Amino acid sequence: MITYDKLMSLDRRWVFLFLALVCVGAYISSVEVPLRVNKEVNKIYNFIDTLKPGQIVFIAIDYDPSSQAELHPMTYALSEQCFRKGIKVIYTALSQNGPGMADQAIRDIGDSMKVDRTYNGVTYKGRAIKSGVDYVFLGYKAYFAIQILSMGQDFRLPFPQDYYGKPLDSLPMMNGVRNYSQIACVVDIGAGNITDAWISYGQGRFGFPMALGTTGVMAPIYYPYLNSGQLMGIMGGLLGAAQYEQLCDNPGLAKDGMRVQLFGHMVIILFIIVGNIGFFMSRAAKKREGR
Amino acid sequence: MRRQLPFILVFAFGLFMIFQYFVPHESSERAYEFLLDWTTIIGIFALAVGIWSLVSVTIEKIKLRKPAWQYSFFTLAGLFLMILFGFTAKVDGHWGFHFYTSEGLQNPMFRSFFDYILTPIQATMFSMLAFFIASAAYRAFRARNVLATLLLIAALIMMMRFNPFLGPVGPLFEKTANWLLNVPSLAANRAIIIGIGLGMVATALKVILGIERGYMGK
Repeated sequence: MITYDKLMSLDRRWVFLFLALVCVGAYISSVEVPLRVNKEVNKIYNFIDTLKPGQIVFIAIDYDPSSQAELHPMTYALSEQCFRKGIKVIYTALSQNGPGMADQAIRDIGDSMKVDRTYNGVTYKGRAIKSGVDYVFLGYKAYFAIQILSMGQDFRLPFPQDYYGKPLDSLPMMNGVRNYSQIACVVDIGAGNITDAWISYGQGRFGFPMALGTTGVMAPIYYPYLNSGQLMGIMGGLLGAAQYEQLCDNPGLAKDGMRVQLFGHMVIILFIIVGNIGFFMSRAAKKREGR
Repeated sequence: MRRQLPFILVFAFGLFMIFQYFVPHESSERAYEFLLDWTTIIGIFALAVGIWSLVSVTIEKIKLRKPAWQYSFFTLAGLFLMILFGFTAKVDGHWGFHFYTSEGLQNPMFRSFFDYILTPIQATMFSMLAFFIASAAYRAFRARNVLATLLLIAALIMMMRFNPFLGPVGPLFEKTANWLLNVPSLAANRAIIIGIGLGMVATALKVILGIERGYMGK
């Protein structure tokens, strides 16, 4: 077989092996990926940063474990930013496996909050965050569009109790909090059509400020809503999550993951170039042979 | 009448929901909340039908020894174990079944099955996509014609946009990537969204007016 034919028909197992080796190598290396923060990510950070202690941010955790690599870091960075600044958080999870993701995130963030930390030059004392005081996790209900509409009337309609079985009226944080009118903004961190419902039935109908954290492949779909002013910002994929971590001065899983993504992309680019070299050489050879 | 009654109901409730949107009166909101409750209640029946369907299809597969029938045991085990753990909890030092509380959600087995089985399985399945994408990109991204070349260039720019090894050319890639997202991609997506929106309105009207009868099963 001629060299360029080999280039075009490389066994895919070599591609898999090479990519795996590069990803593992990148993960254990200490290469720093410098990031320039996009304005659509910056806007979310600035909005949250200017909120006053006691105000409420609504975080919708609408993703499953399949998207956790990209979206969990957003939840972590955003929630910790809120809690450190004394901002309260209401969580919901309207995707089937969302409650498990939210429960996992809340436990991890709770552990991180117990430690003294310095972010952007400000030292925050460690403290335990309490359900019903610092945050409320409403949980899951089927048929997300209906629940988004119902919460616009009253959170108690779809969720008379929180995820842990406590009546909402018994939670100090929910005192005087009826619907989206008492919320500073909604941040949907999602990887499916629940995001569309949040924009159409939530933001479209009730007009609250809304930001979005979504996977890299989905982000371009939502840029029209950014342009129309329905979304104040978008965190797109691992890059968006890493940018947010950088703004919060809280490097975590996304910043680490960027190394792997960067080298993974370089491998893909390399294979595309190799494939195209083979393609052009093969075409030129066919022309020479008069085929 | 058996066929007319559903059409009348759909027409009446569809029309009511349209008008309700523009009437901010308390009684209108109360009726709206009542209907939302009903939607959830009807939806729960669909959930029960879904579980019944999964169980019957899986048992059928085992009975008939269809290809890969052995895996069906795991499907059934997963379904029933999670239900069992979700309803079992330790309250006041005693383990027991708790059907009407959410104590079971804190059951260590329920949490562990999610954290250490479901999460890694789903994450692994999705991360394997990276390998298939690499292989597919190698085979499919060929500059065969003008459109394929444009697609290839756009993909390369998007992947190179945060590459720190490009030196002074790096910001140029980033600027071009942002332009791609904010201009051509935005224009195409906006056109698709408007198209979908108009399609939804047309379909909704067809359903309300009884022209589209697919939901009747025929």
